[in-house]
Amino acid sequence: MNDNDNPIDKPFLAHPNRRQFLGMAAVGSAGLLLPWSLARQALAADVGAPAGRVTIGFSQEPTVFNPLMPHIEVDDGIHWNVFDPLFFADPQGDFVPALAMEVPTVANGGISQDGLKWHIKLREGVTWHDGTPFTAEDVAFTFRLTVDPDFRSSRHAGFDLVQNIEVISPTELRWEMSKSYAPFSSILATTFIVPKHLLSDDPNQAPFNNAPVGTGAFKWKERVAGDHILLEANSDYFAGPAGIEEVVFRYIPDLTVLYTQFKTSDIDVIAMQGIMPDHYQEAKGLSGKTVVVVPSSSVESIAFNMERPQFKDPIVRQALYLALDKGTILDALYYGLPTPTETYMPHESPYYNADLPQHRYDIDAAKKLLDDAGWKPGGDGIREKDGVRLSFTNSTTSGNQVREQMQQFVQQSWQELGVDMQISNRPPAVMWGDYWMQSQFDSVVVGINFLTGSDPDVSNYFRSDSIPAQNGGGQNTFQYKNADVDRLLAEGASEQDPAKRQPIYHRIQATIREDLPMLPLFQYAYVRGYKTGLEGYEGNINTRITTWNVRQWHWA
Amino acid sequence: MGRYLIGRLGQSVVVLFLVSLIGFMILNLAPGGPLSQFALTPGMSQADIQRLAVQMGLDRPLIVQYIDWLGRLLRGDWGESFRDGRPVLAIIVEHLWATLLLMGTSMAISIVVGTLVGIAGAIRRYSIFDYLATVGAMVALSIPTFWFGLVAIYLFALKLAWLPAGNMITIGDGSVLDYLHHLVMPALVLALVNVAIWSRYMRSSTLDVLHQDFVRTARAKGLPRYRVLVHHIVRNALLPMITLGGLQLPTILGGALVAETVFTWPGMGRLFLDSIGYSDYPVVMGILMLSAIFVLLGNLLADLLVALADPRVRLA
Repeated sequence: MNDNDNPIDKPFLAHPNRRQFLGMAAVGSAGLLLPWSLARQALAADVGAPAGRVTIGFSQEPTVFNPLMPHIEVDDGIHWNVFDPLFFADPQGDFVPALAMEVPTVANGGISQDGLKWHIKLREGVTWHDGTPFTAEDVAFTFRLTVDPDFRSSRHAGFDLVQNIEVISPTELRWEMSKSYAPFSSILATTFIVPKHLLSDDPNQAPFNNAPVGTGAFKWKERVAGDHILLEANSDYFAGPAGIEEVVFRYIPDLTVLYTQFKTSDIDVIAMQGIMPDHYQEAKGLSGKTVVVVPSSSVESIAFNMERPQFKDPIVRQALYLALDKGTILDALYYGLPTPTETYMPHESPYYNADLPQHRYDIDAAKKLLDDAGWKPGGDGIREKDGVRLSFTNSTTSGNQVREQMQQFVQQSWQELGVDMQISNRPPAVMWGDYWMQSQFDSVVVGINFLTGSDPDVSNYFRSDSIPAQNGGGQNTFQYKNADVDRLLAEGASEQDPAKRQPIYHRIQATIREDLPMLPLFQYAYVRGYKTGLEGYEGNINTRITTWNVRQWHWA
Repeated sequence: MGRYLIGRLGQSVVVLFLVSLIGFMILNLAPGGPLSQFALTPGMSQADIQRLAVQMGLDRPLIVQYIDWLGRLLRGDWGESFRDGRPVLAIIVEHLWATLLLMGTSMAISIVVGTLVGIAGAIRRYSIFDYLATVGAMVALSIPTFWFGLVAIYLFALKLAWLPAGNMITIGDGSVLDYLHHLVMPALVLALVNVAIWSRYMRSSTLDVLHQDFVRTARAKGLPRYRVLVHHIVRNALLPMITLGGLQLPTILGGALVAETVFTWPGMGRLFLDSIGYSDYPVVMGILMLSAIFVLLGNLLADLLVALADPRVRLA
């Protein structure tokens, strides 16, 4: 099959909705119905020769260009354009092959029935930007480098289970897993393959780290630190060249200035935090600009430290949730942009449980709950029981004005309930250091993307052996412990069949909704804008950044 | 003179050592740290963060880390940024160049204009010009740079479209003319406040000199007005300005944070703020040490210049 003369329009199966996904998963043929050649539509712009320049404004500065090293979301914005993963998750959560010919599944034989043996075929004729051929050796090298003890790798999860990597031919490799681990597909979908020939010496200090060479649709051209990064179209891109000739990423730290430069057309695309919600109305009226609301997979919540005596009683957590006026918070403070939610799972995920009990705001019911459970107001009006006062601190990043307003609003609501919440905010480096990691807080307001890519696994956040304050290695800073959830998480992670995984993750969401280690508020949505005439712009909740598909953008 | 210099340099070494020790300790003892930015990264766990801390040597006792850092510094190795892994000195030089361009231009404008306005205001004291200059300086000093910058952008970039809204160059251009085109607005906005400061200092300094005996003597000798002004009044009135200039030298390393932010200028102010925000210890320490060196050099230079300009001062 030649992927250069395929005029077939994007078939509906390339972007199925949730129901279609489940139907496909049920017959176990998702991989078979999506021939790899159709992936061309999902990879390149297909509009002829690259033309023009697009300038993207970032409110943070990308500084880490080796995609395997620890980095923040803005760095992803560069990685997606310079590198390719084996395959990636599209906005609907379906895997689309990139460097791989086909996404490995149990159904197509890429993964063995027991989930232990993986086999991947790679595209032929792919080259690195420096002309060196891309081979299976590069993939094997990337896998090994990720767990190399001397390399400053950002994560080991999944790759620490890989063993016996075997390069069969330059375009074929297989490996074994020490146990069946379904989230590995999703981890691979966010792992960019790096070139062996440029990182063999000292990968921590390699010149590559500041002049990356990938297989992606764009080549690295220049970086002026603190100012901009310039990429240019890779005319040899395996899926056909991108629609844009030059991509500029500008670093504009101040959000007001970012918005001003969007208005003056100094930048074409406003990325990262985008447009502040209070500018949404004005931005919609700007001539020559298209303003869109893009969902994000981050979920905002008020999270508890479950080891604090105030929060041990589930009645208290339920009462606090009842006394939370979510509707007002969303409308008054967030201009109704985000979606209210009952779970940590993004609504776009095929694993989202839509049948969870709906939150209602009922302060009288909350009072009754506490009264009945024996939490009686003391002399100062603050409820107490067995010597425990319902008094605690709430913390978040200081300087986040909207969140601070929300804290004050919640403080008042809970005051009415007889609960004393003191606001105690900290600068980001302090807030998310040991204070968060070692569970030194009482409660926090936090936005978390609980998933890694598109996989529903949340072991890192909810399994009882993931508590850093109790010598766990994960990020269960809530110190949440539930044996049922532990068991279900283990079951879900080892099950390879999406249709069988779904009920497991529905139950986990239901249990967490009942236990309320965190009060789910809403799923974030960001206001983003671009110059009218730019086509191909699309949000993707399975990536952390809206510049994941610049290769598909083009000027009308 | 030689002995004086050696003495000053000796003092400087002690000061530098103390600055480095105190700076390093405070920076490292502050809660948070370079790895806290990865706390909410999907897929990264506490185990990963602990492993990285060991790999980066951040788990060692503080005093060991300090001695290691100091040892490298004494051998000329300023270390590498935690953020992009490049040598600290190269990063600072890049940003310093941008800042020097902006602050140098604005300082040149403000010194020349400020000095002239100050002298004119002093010799024509209580004239209309003097009143206007005084009021103008008060207004300029009260306007926040951030607001003034945004208004200038609104006017000259958005409405009139004469000047770019920010940035140092048009990417792909980078000619001298392009630099100048981008430089005009930030340099003038930044100069506005400094003109006000310099003109106020210069005015009062000139007034001090104006009624000194030697000025009257010069006039009495029948020297031309111009000669009295340039050689007797201005030369003496500029003496305190030299000290002021010397004190301003190290502020270049701090950069012009507000102007750099409004006009997205990749200068030292933003580098410093970002490096603090991300706990990029090597870069923060690099800036701190260079600042200390600049302060010491600036003071020394100012003292030497004053001695040169004022025959009454003798360094010993």
